[in-house]
Amino acid sequence: MLQGWIQITLTLAIVVAITPLLGSYMARVYLHQRTLLDPILRPVERVIYALSGINIQESMTGWQYARSLLLSNLVMAILVYLIFMGQGFLPLNPTTLSAPTWDTALHTTISFVTNTNQQHYSGETTFSYFSQMMGLGFLMFTSAATGLAVGIAFIRGLTGRSLGNFYVDLTRSITRILLPLSIVGAVLLLMLGVPETLDGAAIATTLEGATQAIARGPVAHFEIIKELGENGGGFFAINSAHPFENPNAATNLIETVAMIAIPTSLIYTYGVFANNRKQAWLVYGMVFAIYLGFVIITAIGEYGGNPTINALLGTPQPNLEGKEVRFGWAQSALFAVTTTGTMCGAVNALIDSFMPPGGFVTLSNLFLQIVWGGQGTGTAYLFVYLILAVFVTGLMVGRTPEFLGRKIEKREVVLASFMVLLVHPILILIPGAIALQFPLGVNALAFPDQFAGISNPGFHGLSQVIYEYASAAANNGSGLEGLADSQPAATGLWWNLSASVALLGGRYIPIIALLLLADSLSRKQPVPETAGTLRTDTPLFTGVTAGVILILGALTFFPILALGPIAEAFSLGG
Amino acid sequence: MTSNPSDLRQPRGSRNQRRHTPKANMSGIYRRAIRDAFVKLNPRVAIRNPVMFVVWIGTIVTALVTLDPNLFGTAQGENPRLFNGLITIILFFTVVFANFAEAVAEGRGKAQADSLRATKSDTVARKVLPDGTIQEVSSTTLRQGDTVKVIAGDLIPADGEVIQGVASVDEAAITGESAPVLKQPGTDIASSVTGGTRIISDELTLRVTSDPGKGFIDRMIALVEGAERSKTPNEIALTVLLAVLTLVFLIVIATLPPIATYVQAPVSIAALIALLVALIPTTIGGLLSAIGIAGMDRVAQFNVVATSGRAVEACGDVSTLILDKTGTITLGNRLADEFIPVNGHSLQEVAQVSLAASVFDETPEGKSIVRLAQQLGATVDFDRASAEGIEFSARTRMSGTDLPNDREVRKGAVDAIRGFVRSRSGAITPDLDQAYEKVSRLGGTPLAVCDGGDLYGVIYLKDIIKPGIRERFDQLRRMGVRTIMLTGDNRITASVIASEAGVDDFIAEATPEDKIDVIRAEQSKGKLVAMTGDGTNDAPALAQANVGVAMNSGTQAAKEAANMVDLDSDPTKLIDLVTIGKQLLITRGALTTFSIANDIAKYFAIIPTIFAAAGIGALNIMRLSTPQSAILSALIYNALIIPALIPLALRGVQFRPLTANQLLRRNIFIYGIGGVIAPFVAVKLIDIIISAVGLA
Repeated sequence: MLQGWIQITLTLAIVVAITPLLGSYMARVYLHQRTLLDPILRPVERVIYALSGINIQESMTGWQYARSLLLSNLVMAILVYLIFMGQGFLPLNPTTLSAPTWDTALHTTISFVTNTNQQHYSGETTFSYFSQMMGLGFLMFTSAATGLAVGIAFIRGLTGRSLGNFYVDLTRSITRILLPLSIVGAVLLLMLGVPETLDGAAIATTLEGATQAIARGPVAHFEIIKELGENGGGFFAINSAHPFENPNAATNLIETVAMIAIPTSLIYTYGVFANNRKQAWLVYGMVFAIYLGFVIITAIGEYGGNPTINALLGTPQPNLEGKEVRFGWAQSALFAVTTTGTMCGAVNALIDSFMPPGGFVTLSNLFLQIVWGGQGTGTAYLFVYLILAVFVTGLMVGRTPEFLGRKIEKREVVLASFMVLLVHPILILIPGAIALQFPLGVNALAFPDQFAGISNPGFHGLSQVIYEYASAAANNGSGLEGLADSQPAATGLWWNLSASVALLGGRYIPIIALLLLADSLSRKQPVPETAGTLRTDTPLFTGVTAGVILILGALTFFPILALGPIAEAFSLGG
Repeated sequence: MTSNPSDLRQPRGSRNQRRHTPKANMSGIYRRAIRDAFVKLNPRVAIRNPVMFVVWIGTIVTALVTLDPNLFGTAQGENPRLFNGLITIILFFTVVFANFAEAVAEGRGKAQADSLRATKSDTVARKVLPDGTIQEVSSTTLRQGDTVKVIAGDLIPADGEVIQGVASVDEAAITGESAPVLKQPGTDIASSVTGGTRIISDELTLRVTSDPGKGFIDRMIALVEGAERSKTPNEIALTVLLAVLTLVFLIVIATLPPIATYVQAPVSIAALIALLVALIPTTIGGLLSAIGIAGMDRVAQFNVVATSGRAVEACGDVSTLILDKTGTITLGNRLADEFIPVNGHSLQEVAQVSLAASVFDETPEGKSIVRLAQQLGATVDFDRASAEGIEFSARTRMSGTDLPNDREVRKGAVDAIRGFVRSRSGAITPDLDQAYEKVSRLGGTPLAVCDGGDLYGVIYLKDIIKPGIRERFDQLRRMGVRTIMLTGDNRITASVIASEAGVDDFIAEATPEDKIDVIRAEQSKGKLVAMTGDGTNDAPALAQANVGVAMNSGTQAAKEAANMVDLDSDPTKLIDLVTIGKQLLITRGALTTFSIANDIAKYFAIIPTIFAAAGIGALNIMRLSTPQSAILSALIYNALIIPALIPLALRGVQFRPLTANQLLRRNIFIYGIGGVIAPFVAVKLIDIIISAVGLA
């Protein structure tokens, strides 16, 4: 037991130690200050800007930024969709895979362009190396960079700067942050045993004399950006539980830290931009406290094991169902909380098999979206919650609420409340309710088998369905699985299309709102601070924000949590 | 003969005596509010408040399932009709209570409007035609630019400027102040009259300045009645947030049936509506408009007419107050305190010359000089009839007397007298500067006196700082409001008064144009500025300021430029207005926080009990007796909290001059933490009562 807690503590200590280093480096990158990599990267970037005709001096308004983002994401999506559909004719296809069904390709494209990487397929049997590298791998970099660009544009607006240029931010996010870190990380993973090859499956003869094909491929480079960019889409179906993706405790540590490094550090980057590191650390501390609480709840649940099984065994055992023994309960719990909190979605254990406390925590992470949150967007959401907290409680000091000297008025409240309070429930609850309303194929004409294809009845089935949409809408990508969502299952079409709606809505509606909010804040004349100004960089206010997050963000989903994991916990008699 | 226009202002009474609203019949308010609470059930009125409209729709749905419990599928539980009927009744009263809150808040204004309207009876006016003849016409036919004549006993038919005559006017109808006010032409201040007030002596000729229906009283009626009430920016933003929250919970509830059915814990439609109503922010939704109206009303009780709620709200945001020294920081009248001889003259001689220079000065300052000189034994040693008084003018900055024997005695600003003495080829001795400095350092106004080219001495006019003003500035500073004092005094005097009164900054030797410059400078730094003014030359500054308060005694131009008019003409009230504005915002914020914090308890009351079939009864931490009782208790609490908070909404949360962080700590503790705990206790108590009565 002690070993497990030491593993968790050590990992978290590394994360906290990295925060100011990476955070201030990212601040230098986005403030266009001098960095060590300048001599190498400047010429490269100059070529990129020249080739694509980007005017790096041009700063964009909120709408322009959003338009550029949507347009470039659309072009990338079309390109990747064409790659998928044409993979049968494209090179690097040693296992001669043909094109997936149109809806699987569509869902996969949308899922990767939105930085979600929800997978309704098995990588090794669906996509060629070309599709994995040029399609999925490409989107893993650009979607992460898109998120970072939004996060940084939001921080710029919040701190009264102009939003910047989307194309420049996208480029620099890749060249200066994602690519250098990925190269270092990929080499480390290679050294630790992760394969990187273009050869087809290895053919082995088993002891019994049977022939076995062992899938492999260019995994190492794919693996690191999967974690670093909060992508989460595994090269293999079972993701980071696969021994080629995540062979040992060392790679597991690297992958865990890679997942959480950028979202944590970006809060520090805000501190540099706002010239208020105290506030950054306070907000960081608040999120860290929630995160730590979630890790502890999950870890205790897994360590305690399943009461029903414990009764049979006559002795308490950790719950190892669906887990890799090389990671055990502690690293699996930490990984699960981190991957759902950061919207990465990679898994090193089956979240479906977690005990109800783990189910509660992972679902809550997807509902809140700020326990570090997605690449770039998570930090932005966090500050949107701060803005909402300022608005609700700020009136209580007798002034029009203001954040960083900028008044929070109708437009800001519309954008903020719409994006963090309204969009998420709509995208999760409405399709979820539809799927649950027709679980057993009432509509026999259109769907001869089962409409929704939910494998579990009762509380756990409810969790599975809601988790699917929560994961899509939060752009996380992990799944409780158990849903018949892969083609050729008859219900694959429903899950592919309905999840696509949640993916797109959960990604782009909040992004547009964030950019418009940032734009509107950046244009406000700042109000000078006086004794009558509510200071937002105090422990008191940070505590108030935590309360607002829990009441406004979590209470919405309280009925789901009560009928899902909580009811399941009571039914297990834990 | 006035040396300073503001000297005409007489502060009347102390702060507390000022809370006299114009006579209005308040007795019928509650009866009328109860009636209005039902009138407001009209869907066209109800839809203006989205939160309560949802409750109203919910009431209708539960009423339907009371009539036919199986309307939306088979009903469960024993006696669903009774249960649904009880929910319907509670929901109905929730809506009525919210309407009642608004109606009570409006009631005061309506009553006040009625009494104002009574003064606006159609009167006969004596219109002066261009040829000078007088024609009797109805007051409603008067147009801007017409000339009318009023004589003692008449109601003044319309707003106007006095162009001829001196008379006293009883303005009690609008100010509630019974002492008559002197009106005369040309004085910039006392020349404007308001329609509906009564002339009680002599007669006046007026030029009408407003068309019918657009006069001051008409505007006041519209304002107090709330006819023109538009939502303020903060109120709009808050309404948006409440609407979004309502929508969120609508989605949560609408998607709940399939989810609940999937886990085999189906819920009835009435229970769903009950949960919805409990979760949406009905407390603040029901009280929001009452808070706004009551805020306006509090301003009216201070005898200030605000042209919009926006202006009242802006008061809370003000970060700079620009205050005239005279009348605001110091008492209106400076009094002569001491004579300081210079140039080798004796005290007696200075007193004698000062007396001579002041015999025709009717200002309080002049009279105080005469009084002080007479105390020192000075006498008038010339024939008053053949002497001539020289009036003060802003250009010469001195006044005095031309004596029969060609002597020119003068008193005035030290610079001005210095110039005068030189022009009469007199000598300036260095002890003048010493005396000037000495008086200035005491915070007094030095007036030099001379007789032709012969400099005599300096009169020390003592300024008296209003008692208690320093404490008020301290409070303002704690609230983060900066005060800037404007004065015509010299720098030294100004700085002494400024530090004694405790203002943050001052502008000495200020002109009216300086006001607008200061306002612009502060606004360019992002600050909201409030100021008071009364003269026509204050009008641009009043319009530029975010909160401009015109004195009722001021000119029409000033009153039109300002967004508030103080009927008592007391500039100190600006400070109270800041408090009222803040109180309004705090009340809104506090009740919002309270309302949202309540949700936790309501969730814990309802969810575990209606989903008892899902085995989550252990979450029923309040141990409520039955699912029906839990729902009813939560709803009853939800309904009763509205009338329980009406007094708070109308009176406003008690305001304390603390820093923002102290206020936040205090209010979060009371309304945030309190809002989490209170419903747990109250719902449990109601549940105990319901079980005892055996209702469910």
